[in-house]
Amino acid sequence: MFKFFEPNKIFKITSKAPRYVLVLFVLVLSIGLTEALVLSPEDYKQSDAVRIMYVHVPAAWISLGIFSSITFLSISGFIFKNKNFFLIAKSLAPSGFVFNIIALVTGSIWGKPTWGTWWAWDARITSMLILALFYAMYLISWRLYENEEKIFKISTIITILGIINIPIIKYSVDWWNTLHQPASINILSKSSIHSSMLFPLLIMTAAFALFSLLIFLMKYNTELIKVKNKGLDRL
Amino acid sequence: MINELFFMNGYGAYVLSAFGFTLLSFVSLYFVTKTQFVREQKKFIAKFGSLETEKAELAKSQRINKEILADATNS
Repeated sequence: MFKFFEPNKIFKITSKAPRYVLVLFVLVLSIGLTEALVLSPEDYKQSDAVRIMYVHVPAAWISLGIFSSITFLSISGFIFKNKNFFLIAKSLAPSGFVFNIIALVTGSIWGKPTWGTWWAWDARITSMLILALFYAMYLISWRLYENEEKIFKISTIITILGIINIPIIKYSVDWWNTLHQPASINILSKSSIHSSMLFPLLIMTAAFALFSLLIFLMKYNTELIKVKNKGLDRL
Repeated sequence: MINELFFMNGYGAYVLSAFGFTLLSFVSLYFVTKTQFVREQKKFIAKFGSLETEKAELAKSQRINKEILADATNS
């Protein structure tokens, strides 16, 4: 099954896909921005400050999703001895890290008008900051070491340690008294958010997911060319 | 209407700076990634060009090398 995903076979697709993903991303983002900034209603308590949610929440969701995927791919790479899994994981990390930073910064901007402070050592914010540190450690590990086996081992250990933090981020609002409210959107039960706000939120999430796909494809192609560059040296 | 859109009941500065930071991060990440990609592509073409005919033929026999060259020529 893994043969289907061999770099030699999929480069034809991954090299052409970014231009189509870019067009789709711009289109979905334009709809999302119109919905988020113009058409969606203001909140009865937070007024227009609630609009920050449309960038803050999708960024946080995607950064968590990407870190979980990186961990899964790193562990799978180790189990199946497949180098390609590590390349995919490495290519996902930059957008995950940037989304993590966006979530922290926009959260800080949102905190000022709603909580009266730019920063608080609240459980959710602190655990998100720890996730950013794990992302940074993961990215630095790829720059620090030359030996492939060593990089694979160290980056996997970082992701395994970092994944412990993911349920802490998710359930921090239930386990501790935090400034954050409990989750408004639930997959298994009814969401407490109104559809007029849920729709723009989902559109912005789709736009952010498309952007991370775009960056992933570009980064993955770069990594494949890097591997082939090394191959030419060996000829 | 335009004033309302930017003022946002006094929260305009917060909302627009959050959206502005997000878009700026997107643009920066896109261009950094694109630059890295183009740099690697150029390195590949330069290395490929410096190969002896026999080695170049051998390298060309790999489909992915052909794809990289074709993609570089198209972009």
